[in-house]
Amino acid sequence: MNKITQFSQGLFQGNKLVIGIPYGWFILLVAIPLMIVMKISLSEMESTSISSMISWTNGLPTLKLNFANYQFIFSDSLYVKTFYSSLKYALITTLICLAIGYPFVYFMARAPKHIQPTLLMLIMLPFWTSFLLRIYAWKTLLVSNGVINNVLLSLHVIKEPLAMMNNSFSLTIGMVYSYLPFMILPLYANLSKLDLRYLEAAADLGTSPFKAFWLITVPLSKAGIIAGSMLVFIPAVGEYVIPELLGGPDTLMIGRVLWDEFFSNNDWPMAAAVAVVMIALILVPMAILNRAEASLEEGKS
Amino acid sequence: MSQASNKVFANGWMFAVYLFLYLPIVTLVVFSFNDSKLVTVWSHASTRWYSALMQDGDLISAVSLSLKIAFLSALMSVFFGTFTAFALHRYSRFRGRTILHSMATTPLVMPDVIVGLSLLLMLVSLQQWLGYPERGLFTILLGHALLGTAYAAVVVTSRLKEMDGRLDEAAMDLGAKPLQVFQLVTLPLLAPALVSAFLLTFTLSFDDVVLSSFLSGPGFNTMPMVIFSRARLGLNPTINAVATVTITIVSIAVIASSFYTSHVERKRKREMALAYSDGNK
Amino acid sequence: MATAPKPQTETKSAEKEVLLRVEGITKIYDGTVKAVDDISLNVMKGEIFGLLGGSGCGKSTLLRMMAGFERPTKGKIYLAGQDITNLPAYQRPINMMFQSYALFPHLTVWENIAFGLKRDHMSKDQIESRVEAMLKLAQLTKYAQRKPHQLSGGQQQRVALARSLAKSPQLLLLDEPLGALDKKLRETTQLELVNIIEEVGVTCVLVTHDQEEAMTMASRIAVMSEGYFQQIGAPDEIYETPNSRSVADFIGNVNMFEGVVTVDEPDHVVVKCDECTHYVGHGITGNLGMAVGVALRPEKITLTKTKPKGEYNWCEGEVVEIVYFGDHTTYHLKTKTGRVIKAQEINNTRDLSCGLTWGDHAYMHWGDLAMIVLTH
Repeated sequence: MNKITQFSQGLFQGNKLVIGIPYGWFILLVAIPLMIVMKISLSEMESTSISSMISWTNGLPTLKLNFANYQFIFSDSLYVKTFYSSLKYALITTLICLAIGYPFVYFMARAPKHIQPTLLMLIMLPFWTSFLLRIYAWKTLLVSNGVINNVLLSLHVIKEPLAMMNNSFSLTIGMVYSYLPFMILPLYANLSKLDLRYLEAAADLGTSPFKAFWLITVPLSKAGIIAGSMLVFIPAVGEYVIPELLGGPDTLMIGRVLWDEFFSNNDWPMAAAVAVVMIALILVPMAILNRAEASLEEGKS
Repeated sequence: MSQASNKVFANGWMFAVYLFLYLPIVTLVVFSFNDSKLVTVWSHASTRWYSALMQDGDLISAVSLSLKIAFLSALMSVFFGTFTAFALHRYSRFRGRTILHSMATTPLVMPDVIVGLSLLLMLVSLQQWLGYPERGLFTILLGHALLGTAYAAVVVTSRLKEMDGRLDEAAMDLGAKPLQVFQLVTLPLLAPALVSAFLLTFTLSFDDVVLSSFLSGPGFNTMPMVIFSRARLGLNPTINAVATVTITIVSIAVIASSFYTSHVERKRKREMALAYSDGNK
Repeated sequence: MATAPKPQTETKSAEKEVLLRVEGITKIYDGTVKAVDDISLNVMKGEIFGLLGGSGCGKSTLLRMMAGFERPTKGKIYLAGQDITNLPAYQRPINMMFQSYALFPHLTVWENIAFGLKRDHMSKDQIESRVEAMLKLAQLTKYAQRKPHQLSGGQQQRVALARSLAKSPQLLLLDEPLGALDKKLRETTQLELVNIIEEVGVTCVLVTHDQEEAMTMASRIAVMSEGYFQQIGAPDEIYETPNSRSVADFIGNVNMFEGVVTVDEPDHVVVKCDECTHYVGHGITGNLGMAVGVALRPEKITLTKTKPKGEYNWCEGEVVEIVYFGDHTTYHLKTKTGRVIKAQEINNTRDLSCGLTWGDHAYMHWGDLAMIVLTH
């Protein structure tokens, strides 16, 4: 395909424009902002402009770097704990999403072909409705005088309202709830293409269904599993809205810390430093995601 | 496990997942018709929170701002997203394609707080330097358009991949100049993808709270920002009413469009089958 | 008859008018991959010229350079004397019928055919009458308002042809025109296609990997491999007098013997091979003791149970495989040297003609002029 279109594109007068416009757009709104974050994270609180970081010595510009923010982040146990707990919640969310989503997709891919689009649409539908409102809905379900407690109390299943809100339970539920579609969609894209004849071939060669699942289905859906997991894990690490609405004082999340540094403490360099560390934490998962997506692409063609 | 119990287990699992996904939404809707000020305690049915909604000036102006931003940012997203998709797809080997690809994926996966913070710091630096832009509608728009561009690019790229490159060549072969090829062949074939990209990015913008909070200036509150500030304080029956209205509109739109698509698809399959048997007579 | 490779020059071209002239054209991708390697070619007015080769042989690249979708790295292309090498596709009076047709899915049959005409700023009436004429030519009048997906494969193929002929191109390019059809439909469609082309009288370049398609449709064929022409000639020339082992092997089935020339006379030669000794009833441009290949097509071999007379042109073997095709049967015989030779017998009676079965001992023999001696 590449070589086919080469010449005809050469004829396209505006081809520099076609590359230039998106390039300029993303450089302005992605690359430069991230560099500015990097720079500001290395500055002190009062001097957030770029010019103040460059001093002139002997007619040469020298960059004044200040690692105080990073030193603080790594020496302060609260920050370290928060990073650790963000990763922990993201990991737990990912694993639960996988545990719920994988069997779901496996069953869905085996449902009658004509109802599969409807099943998929029902997964997508909440995704189109406001994320914020759906998180709020869990609040009405989980609070101590909330719907679930009221129902259980009136059925005399419990005597005291259960403490389900503002703790790791409510946080985990909210995260799993929001990110489950991100696990299901790539998995479905992957598993729905799995040729059932492989499983028939395995059965024909004397493999039990259980063994066939582990020997064929799981390895062939590896790319989907990885893509889905990363699509859940990466944004989950930096999640802000869910911990803010459903989390409690004990559920430390780095997105919330960044928000507070920025909005409550007005400490922009510190917020920037937190962001840089967060980016560093998700770089490896992002690279894994890229590779998984590339192999999903290959599987398609 | 027997075949039948397998089936029961599979159906049960799927049912449980759907229950998990829809229970909160249903509760939200049901309790929007609750008369009590206590959101979670049912007294009796009423529409008082909907009437309250009509009187809620803050919320109404927030909704109108959100709609405005969603519409404009969706337009921008589709515009830049289409360019991105073309650059990534057509020029499959130009230098720096990988860089463009990773920049275009960054807003998709990067946590919102980082995207918001980095954009804000850039805009502040720009303002210190040029005296422009003031934080407000434009800055929110820029943030939403960035996020939307990344999503629109994915939608348009996947359509471009399905499209037969030979169609462009056929048009050119028949005498169409490059611009005519785009206008007469590429664009009409791309149109459905552009529409779905528009709807998706509209929804994303209408839903966003984090980017808006970072990029907004005083006096510019979008609907999610208003809802978020109320939800942080506790339960509030007006939110249930807002939720019900949004959910109803979105559900109708999504269900209608998916019925329409499957109808078109079925019609097409029927016609193809008919043509096949017709031609073999 | 000379069987040594002759330089591929056009012998018959002098009488007819040259429409398309390709001069030393080369296409290199990424600075290293040579897709087309210094090809020169003349296409005469009114002929159907076939480019035949396996995938990746460069035939499509050559076609795409004629159409204007690729720019040659080196060389020139002339159409009716005019240099069109750097003319973009949309300015060339050349149209193409694409592989799997590339019909515009959002336009009706009528609009598809009118597409090219509209680009030429013709008047509405002119366009209408031209489209109607094309619809009639391709027997598509009653499908004019249908979309491509509402047509069968054969109908789509006819739309593609009508669309590419609508502008009355000087040259029509056909890229695997029958590739998307199933086998049964091919034969009738092929005839229809040739009839329409002949009716219009347009010059064609046909690209195909299917030798049968090339043989039946083209008046001349160029066999392509690794970016260059191995042989150009009429279909029967290519089949009966291939100029190299690879052409003989590519076109049809062949048994290839390797041997040494032991007698070299002007009117005959003898080639001694492991399995048998060939007596060839004509001279060759070789010399005594030269190593040559002898190509023998399976249908030129006769099978018998009795030993043939004489010492030349026969070989014995054991039947190891019988492949029944209905109209003919191919026998695989294993010689004493262990190699397998294929012989093809026509089933002209309803019982299997020579009554051979697996494990039988049989003799194969053939005539003086049945084989081709190949030095390349």
